[in-house]
Amino acid sequence: VTSRKRVLIRPKAGILDPQGQTVERALPALGFEGVSEVRVGRLVELTVEDESQLPEMCERLLTNPLIEDYEIE
Amino acid sequence: VTRFGVVRFPGSCDDVDALLAARRYGDGELLWHGDRDLKGVDAVVIPGGFSYGDYLRVGAIARFSPVMEAVAEFAADGGPVLGICNGFQVLCEAHLLPGALLPNTSLRFIARQVDIVVANAASPFTRAAAEGERLSIPVKHTTGRYYHPDPDGSVGDIAGVSNEAGNVLGLMPHPEHAVDPLTGSSDGGKLFESMALAQAPA
Repeated sequence: VTSRKRVLIRPKAGILDPQGQTVERALPALGFEGVSEVRVGRLVELTVEDESQLPEMCERLLTNPLIEDYEIE
Repeated sequence: VTRFGVVRFPGSCDDVDALLAARRYGDGELLWHGDRDLKGVDAVVIPGGFSYGDYLRVGAIARFSPVMEAVAEFAADGGPVLGICNGFQVLCEAHLLPGALLPNTSLRFIARQVDIVVANAASPFTRAAAEGERLSIPVKHTTGRYYHPDPDGSVGDIAGVSNEAGNVLGLMPHPEHAVDPLTGSSDGGKLFESMALAQAPA
């Protein structure tokens, strides 16, 4: 039995995210006003047999826990 | 004669310059990422480039290569390990150095000649230099913003970081690109010369 899972990875709060800042500055140029606190992260989708292994996968490879937070869906 | 081992990952691109730099001060040979064997070398250089395509995060995949298991043991035994640029990133991911490297604030690739100041001339990587000496060495990277959660996040104005024991050093500047006056500076040779001196019998 397998299940399809998603891991959302984002820069830790407090870590400067220049990608997010760049997107935030670009949006008003297209007429989108009132957007703030843009953060850019990463999405990993995977099919797993044993989803209990996911946290360890995240800690050891999918993220660098020093600089990134993750959420498993 | 000091034997330098230069690691080659798929995607390494400064391995040949590092090998040529090492051979000015000793013998040098390439160490293949898939081999757990360091061939009895006296010092290890992890060169710059884009190991495993920098997939996922810089250094994240390279960290699990067989050669890095051997490098971790070598470092634990006190062997000198110099990681340059991507090599620095790999050493951080491998937890042989503290901290992590983040994308440049500008998001731009930075390539320029910089002066680095020798803060400690007693290390195995700097003993051929003088304390306070300025070395002119190029940088070229996109992911060079050093981060350490303690004391206050990004640390400004540093070229590199060593482990507590002092035998593992990560550098963003590329000493291997500055070993001949023909390229504008030969100051980078001081690092390779230091590593060779460190291995010479007293």
